[in-house]
Amino acid sequence: MAAKATRAAFGEALIDLGAKDPRIVTLDSDLSKSTMTVSFAKKYPDRAFNVGIAEANMIGVAAGLAMAGKVPFAASFACFLVGRFETIRISVAYTNANVKLVGTHVGVAIGEDGYSQMGLEDIACIRALPNIPIIQPADEVECKQVIAYAAEHQGPLYLRLTRQNLEPVSPAGYQFRLGQWARLRDGSDVTVIASGGTVFNALEAAQQLEGDGIRAEVINAASIKPLDEEMLLASARKTGHVVTVEDHSIAGGLGGAVSEALCEALPTAMKRLGVQGFGESGDPKGLYVKHGLDATGIARSVRKFLGR
Amino acid sequence: MDIARLEAIARGCRVQIERMLTHAGSGHPGGSNSVADLLVALYFGRLRVDPKRPDWPDRDRVILSKGHAVPALYAAMSRAGFFPESQLISLRKLGSPLQGHPDRNALPGIEAATGSLGQGLSIALGEALGLKMAGSPARVYCILGDGEIQEGQVWEAAMSGPKLGQPSHPLDNLCAILDYNKIQLDGFVTDILDLEPVVAKWQAFGWAVQEIDGHNFAQIGKALDQAEATKGKPSFIVANTVKGKGVPWMENNPEWHGKAPKPQEAIRAIRDLLGVSEAAWDEYLTRDSATKAVVDELAALEKT
Repeated sequence: MAAKATRAAFGEALIDLGAKDPRIVTLDSDLSKSTMTVSFAKKYPDRAFNVGIAEANMIGVAAGLAMAGKVPFAASFACFLVGRFETIRISVAYTNANVKLVGTHVGVAIGEDGYSQMGLEDIACIRALPNIPIIQPADEVECKQVIAYAAEHQGPLYLRLTRQNLEPVSPAGYQFRLGQWARLRDGSDVTVIASGGTVFNALEAAQQLEGDGIRAEVINAASIKPLDEEMLLASARKTGHVVTVEDHSIAGGLGGAVSEALCEALPTAMKRLGVQGFGESGDPKGLYVKHGLDATGIARSVRKFLGR
Repeated sequence: MDIARLEAIARGCRVQIERMLTHAGSGHPGGSNSVADLLVALYFGRLRVDPKRPDWPDRDRVILSKGHAVPALYAAMSRAGFFPESQLISLRKLGSPLQGHPDRNALPGIEAATGSLGQGLSIALGEALGLKMAGSPARVYCILGDGEIQEGQVWEAAMSGPKLGQPSHPLDNLCAILDYNKIQLDGFVTDILDLEPVVAKWQAFGWAVQEIDGHNFAQIGKALDQAEATKGKPSFIVANTVKGKGVPWMENNPEWHGKAPKPQEAIRAIRDLLGVSEAAWDEYLTRDSATKAVVDELAALEKT
């Protein structure tokens, strides 16, 4: 299976689901060609609403459609969508409106467009809201399962999707479940928990570390909220060292969520890898190297963390 | 429904507003009193709702976007049979479904969580669109505050409303109403951020706009009729109102935007609402046992 962006997998999944479920509608704010809802809009023009560059209104209209029985997927770049936090807070979360918020173009991996287009604080914001689970799929297979799950899930959701292509990582027979992580590689020295665009790099890093005699357990944490506490605690108990890897601000994201859970239930030595400060323009690979989110960078941080 | 009866119901609702705010010790009397007639006109003879089936799919919806005026909505809903009048004094109390601002999940019959200003019209657009797509005859009413429409999201929705759903599902099942009482929290709207020319603005955005006296039931009824008859676009009614309407010393006074009356003030407000002189008050209460009960209850509140 070829590498594919999760936004592309999202667009394809919507078309299939749209045929089965007439409740599904899409909302866009002039980014449908980027969020990939454009194909759904072509196939179901009566069920796709482009409200113009007006994200707050888009979120509110989605909430209203949900209250009238539709299952709206409201998509934009993660930063623009979650930037309308107060509307999400009241019209979606507090209302418990059955709206699927889809934030694309997450992380520094969008590259050249630079910081203003990068979703880097979206997890931190949405994590603070009751009622909204956060899911970040790591490849095409997982993404399509997540979209199908989202359509069936009663209540709001936040989905975090990438612009860049992602290499397949899901094992054969994989089935996504909310609140359940996938152990992609067994290990005993360190637990590496990654999500979305960093999962493949974490797997490659684990391979590099094996050459140094370090056995890294690699977990794909698609379900960022809720966490899979059972798997987290079991793995932390086994390895005694936990590293999180995410293309998101170092503050308040997956690393923050894991830290909070561990510090209450099982204090464990931890290292959070993520984006420090603002992003910037550049080629995506270069940005991953700069922030230590490439395989070599992750492996280097793990070695340093373990003192080996 | 005849106008004298609507006026009597509105008077009763305003009495309840004073009662509940005083029991709560906080809240917004000015904007509750300015919007009361609009809500009474909707809930008595206009809306197709069934208090026993608040989730009936084809019910008409009221979204009170200016959520701080919810005491007026609670008073009208209780009078319409959504919940017992005795529950009104639980407003703003711990565990009460009568939250300080509307909570859709707390009280059946509340259509949207509002109070964070600027969000209601977008929700109304979405509901109107979803209902149209489902072939429902239901109508959606959204009540906005004048200060509220200073919020940017309102103008996103204003631009979107006449376009959304076209051509197959134009939102002519939507009627937005502006409670234009000319006062916001910090003072007069003209001093803070003037809305004028507000009629021309909504016309320019493509809405079917009418301007009325928001305390005149004949005008309100006629405007709602015309909104229902309008096809192809949503309607917008600019309802000129008086902040604190019905209580002379609260009227047009910014001080009463967000301050609850004390028990004795509430009793005086109720007397003014009922148009009874101080000299005739005790005698009047011997003939109106319902009001006497409310007054006794308020007087007892002062002693505690």
